Amino acid sequence: MADRRSFAKRHPAFGAFERRPNALEELGKGPLNDEAKEEPAMADQSTNSAQAAEADKGYWQANLRLIYISLVIWALVSFGFGILLRPLLSGIAVGGTDLGFWFAQQGSILVFLVLIFNYAWRMNKLDAEYGVDEE
Amino acid sequence: MDQFTINLLFVGASFALYIGIAIWARAGSTSEFYAAGRGVHPVTNGMATAADWMSAASFISMAGLIAFTGYDNSTFLMGWTGGYVLLALLLAPYLRKFGKFTVSEFIGDRFYSQTARIVAVICLIVASVTYVIGQMTGVGVAFGRFLEVSNTSGLLIGACVVFAYAVFGGMKGVTYTQVAQYCVLITAYTIPAIFISLQLTGTPIPALGLFGDTAGGEPLLSKLDAIVTELGFNEYTAHHSNTLNMVLFTLSLMIGTAGLPHVIMRFFTVPKVSDARWSAGWTLVFIALLYLTAPAVGAMARLNITDMMWPNGGIEGGAVSVEDIDTDPRYDWMQTWQKTGLLDWEDKNGDGKIQYYNDANADMQAIAEEKGWVGNELTKFNRDILVLANPEIANLPGWVIGLVAAGGLAAALSTAAGLLLAISSAVSHDLVKGAINPQISEKGELLAARIAMAVAIVVATYLGLNPPGFAAQTVALAFGLAAASIFPALMMGIFSTRINNTGAVAGMLAGLTVTLVYIFLHKGWLFIPDTNSFTDADPLLGPIKSTSFGAIGAMINFGVAYVVAGMTKETPPEIVELVESVRIPRGAGAAQNK
Repeated sequence: MADRRSFAKRHPAFGAFERRPNALEELGKGPLNDEAKEEPAMADQSTNSAQAAEADKGYWQANLRLIYISLVIWALVSFGFGILLRPLLSGIAVGGTDLGFWFAQQGSILVFLVLIFNYAWRMNKLDAEYGVDEE
Repeated sequence: MDQFTINLLFVGASFALYIGIAIWARAGSTSEFYAAGRGVHPVTNGMATAADWMSAASFISMAGLIAFTGYDNSTFLMGWTGGYVLLALLLAPYLRKFGKFTVSEFIGDRFYSQTARIVAVICLIVASVTYVIGQMTGVGVAFGRFLEVSNTSGLLIGACVVFAYAVFGGMKGVTYTQVAQYCVLITAYTIPAIFISLQLTGTPIPALGLFGDTAGGEPLLSKLDAIVTELGFNEYTAHHSNTLNMVLFTLSLMIGTAGLPHVIMRFFTVPKVSDARWSAGWTLVFIALLYLTAPAVGAMARLNITDMMWPNGGIEGGAVSVEDIDTDPRYDWMQTWQKTGLLDWEDKNGDGKIQYYNDANADMQAIAEEKGWVGNELTKFNRDILVLANPEIANLPGWVIGLVAAGGLAAALSTAAGLLLAISSAVSHDLVKGAINPQISEKGELLAARIAMAVAIVVATYLGLNPPGFAAQTVALAFGLAAASIFPALMMGIFSTRINNTGAVAGMLAGLTVTLVYIFLHKGWLFIPDTNSFTDADPLLGPIKSTSFGAIGAMINFGVAYVVAGMTKETPPEIVELVESVRIPRGAGAAQNK
């Protein structure tokens, strides 16, 4: 995790992706994973479970954020480009018709696919990051 | 070998395959009957879910609806795929973590109420039975065509086959059978589309051919626009329908997709929570293969049909003659489809030609009068026949036609079987075992499941004789019902700890009742013809058709649940804990009830 954070500092372009864990720390969560792993003996039972609850909350917030972003894109390509914003896109010609028609009949489906696989991939990573995966 | 024999051969061979697999993987215990022992790989599960999902509505009906309406029916494409995003993000992983057999079990436990569970069962049954009616419509068309009998006889024969088939095995048999069915149906759908795309645009990929150029160098879609507008029909690529209704209809199909029990049940059968996420993606991959092809099938078929009716280059060249239809082998398909009663023509003005045009268009009427036409002479063209007739229209070899017949039946059968399973498990597991007689033996439960199946299919067949619409439209009603009742309850159950038992029950009842009443007002009470007070041409509430009302019903459900929950006791802490545990994959446990 530390490596990735410094990587983000060195490459500002990746900052957006890396902001998620930082924002969570600001919520008062602290770098829970590292701490929990490094000093399990020091913490007593109650802090452990309190930390776990905090971690779960952080995980859920991160999940919700990913869901919001995905659903905005989901609505934009279907209801937006495919229907409501079609007149705005009518200037862009695609094979005998315009871009809105393409989004309505094909484009939106392709974006949906990307959204689902992206979500599955990010979430499975997030599971491991917060230590909430099934293993 | 004549076409009839070829069709029988293809259909027979595919059936032998499914039944063979069903026997090989026969369900042994109750848990196998419902949830396939939870040992199914995400890709396999995705393929089976896709077969389960793509029904007569997708395979037989959808391209026909797109073909005759154009852009406005893109709603089906976006709606039936966009729902998977909701399913993957909002429901699938959490329901898998919860780890029970059925959707209503989740609702019953989460809302700590037997009433909630029973209300959910009722919602499921209403939505599923409506869905099966749509399937039976499709089954009737497919059997009618390939046995060359009337639509009604086709429907009755189909009902017997569906029943025998669904009783054969539970989900386990069905999972592997459905993988086989997916392969049959996707091959049957794409092969003719590839042929036709090659004929018209020279591209072997239909999805690209749709936006490609025809032999003359003109883009396919502009050519189609020009041809149909000449006959007085709406421009194919333009937006003509009401925008609000289009948005609500799409939303309703999307939410409904994520609320249908037979699809959700599938995500109980993957080994892990992370697999539930992947599985939704794989399902959509397999669905997209058909859905990206469908708009091409629709547009190309519309072009071919119009060309057949005006074989000499539009109105100037003159219409096809009755003599050609009777004798030219290229028009044989019209003869065979006439037998089903779903296609018909009549030389109204006695000029020996069949003029096909839009006689509801005023400008066109003026031209028609001038030319001595007295109305559209292609008097009947049922939208549901388009996909099955498509290879014949394009003059493709006999084996392709047989393959499409087998594919159409695979689509209708796989979904009907999946739905009957959902209905039977709702009745036997949730209603009988969960509420009426918890001590029932495993054998008794299976018997109850099979009786429920039989009743469901009889009701669906009876209503399928006079369906409330084309297959895809009836199915859209089922989605509206699922959208208004099940989806909001599931979503609130996971994402809000505030919604309590009373709130959820009130929400589901309000959503279901309002939507059902709105549908019945437009489609007839209990779908009995001529008992409706309004029509979808002139709906009760402004432009909102009964097929689009599910989205409004869902909003009512959410609203009522929030208000009622706000006025009643808070959710008890152990339920809040349950919700919090459902949100975290950790400790999902392998295969419960295995």
